Amino acid sequence: MKEADVQQEPSYLGAPYGLASWLLTKDHKRIAILYLISITIFFAIGGSFAAMIRAELVTPQGDFLTADLYNKVFTLHGVVMIFFFLIPSIPATLGNFFMPIMIGAKDLAFPRINLLSWYIYVVGATLTLAAVIMGGVDTGWTFYTPYSSISSTTNVTTAALGVFITGFSSILTGFNFIVTVHRMRAPGMTWFRMPLFVWANYATSLVMILGTPVIAITVLLIAAERALHLGVFDPRIGGDPVLFQHLFWFYSHPAVYIMILPGMGVISELVANVSRKQIFGYSFVAFSSLAIAIIGFLVWGHHMFVTGQSIYAGLVFSIITMLVAVPSAVKTFNWTATMYKGAVVWDSPLFWVLGFMGLFLIGGLTGLFLGAMGLDIHLHDTYFVVAHFHYIMVGGGVMAFLGGLHFYWPKMTGRMYSEPLAKVASMLVFFGFNLTFFPQFIVGYMGMPRRYHSYPAEFQVFNVLSTAGATVLGAGYLMILLYLVYSIVKGPKAPMNPWGATGLEWKIQSPPITHNFHETPVVTEEAYDYLHAPAPTREVTHHE
Amino acid sequence: MSSGHHVPTIGMCVRVWLALLVLTGFTIFIASQDLGVLNTPVALLVAITKATLVIVFFMGVKWNTPLTKTVAVSGFVWLLILFFMGMNDYLTRGWLGVAGR
Repeated sequence: MKEADVQQEPSYLGAPYGLASWLLTKDHKRIAILYLISITIFFAIGGSFAAMIRAELVTPQGDFLTADLYNKVFTLHGVVMIFFFLIPSIPATLGNFFMPIMIGAKDLAFPRINLLSWYIYVVGATLTLAAVIMGGVDTGWTFYTPYSSISSTTNVTTAALGVFITGFSSILTGFNFIVTVHRMRAPGMTWFRMPLFVWANYATSLVMILGTPVIAITVLLIAAERALHLGVFDPRIGGDPVLFQHLFWFYSHPAVYIMILPGMGVISELVANVSRKQIFGYSFVAFSSLAIAIIGFLVWGHHMFVTGQSIYAGLVFSIITMLVAVPSAVKTFNWTATMYKGAVVWDSPLFWVLGFMGLFLIGGLTGLFLGAMGLDIHLHDTYFVVAHFHYIMVGGGVMAFLGGLHFYWPKMTGRMYSEPLAKVASMLVFFGFNLTFFPQFIVGYMGMPRRYHSYPAEFQVFNVLSTAGATVLGAGYLMILLYLVYSIVKGPKAPMNPWGATGLEWKIQSPPITHNFHETPVVTEEAYDYLHAPAPTREVTHHE
Repeated sequence: MSSGHHVPTIGMCVRVWLALLVLTGFTIFIASQDLGVLNTPVALLVAITKATLVIVFFMGVKWNTPLTKTVAVSGFVWLLILFFMGMNDYLTRGWLGVAGR
């Protein structure tokens, strides 16, 4: 189909116009944009808390923030980044936008529920922001009992209620995705022709609907204990604080996979494109997503090796933790094998792919350190843990999100951004990230504990490096925001398929029409058929 | 609703309802009896039976697609994972000693 043939209807961005048309929209693409704006705001808020943490840690003394304020700042950094940025980041934006298009559907199965999920997210997030304005919360993002249920005088209930409400947004999105994948696939779109991004979002949705209710119940149990004095977590009235950690991590460890699995899906799309090859071991990559989703539910006790948890249970959790590394390694090896002898294209998506693979690899391997019980005794609650999970959630999750955003930006907005700037930004982010978090591995191994606003003077050099890196990282993120926003206003128009990619999303106009397709597509090709893929047309662009 | 979808008869609904009432009566009865260590297991068994009746008949899972049955069962399997792995901690706390504890 010629591009001129598909550029005849107004896109979803302009039909219809007006604020109300956006706030009451049932179009999955517009809801994805609403989510994108929301999570960007929360990323900025969470980032500003991170900046305060790094500013405080430049010097060994607690001279910028008091101990109490520091507790609140790192708590809010965690709560905002995890619940209001990372968890919805890829599924609710790129997943919402592209999952229906990739399987040839006009929308998600339940468009109204999709909009409802965004409103629930906004209500939950606003409530948590209210907790900030009312004076903050200082329990850490984990809300551990008995501190959260007995001792803390901060706004635990308000913040936890915000998280509780936002959980329903997650459940609704997961439920919508699962039904869509089962019921809305176009003719010919068999399960094993689905793009791996869809498989990854499907696996993520399973985690969302099976895990999120448990955190909701856990929060309700805290409320029941505080209001009705039922002995659930408080040992003075017959409860067990370790039970809270079991229930919390039953959700919150799989939540890590909610953050990283969609990122793995994005990387699968990008790797095939930048290598211009069919993905190596498609079915292995697809099933490894499901394996991660399932095994990810069996490892939560590795967060609890140094609590009162039994040593025997710790052994079992430790062994299964080693097992969960296998499907992650399957993906990494298959991506590498895909790139091997591929016609690698040095476009900006490649930079994010390489960044992701390097950082995720370090994050994953250091996870094995922490999964080993003996070593965890030494490393638990040190900066080693902080570095590890940032390598996974930021190095993996955020790099993949930004990679996906850059890859799909032309389709979402119909505009191209500056390729040289994107390459510089990706390298700034990669360099800044490593400078921020690699010193934390060392200082953590040396014994610097997390969650303190002051530390012994011999750790200062590592903390100064870390803060310098955070500055570079922040500059990289700001740069991305600026050139992407600029591209909407002044960027050249994007062609239908700038990267020469396969998949239904690249066969429709940029940006798509409201119903995605003029007629329901019939799929006859395998996924990632790069032997027959069109050549990239990024250069064939023209300014407005 | 798709054509051919089975709708439980009123007679069946009434029978399930009566069974639930009987089981509720039984719950009240055993609450007043001291069964020793069996107190909790018996109460849980009755509750599980009632929940199963509701899911299988009132919620129509019995006549639904294999996919629906899989979804219904997997929710409980995940609950069992929580119980099993949780109990794997609580019931084994004395199994291996820790120096100094």
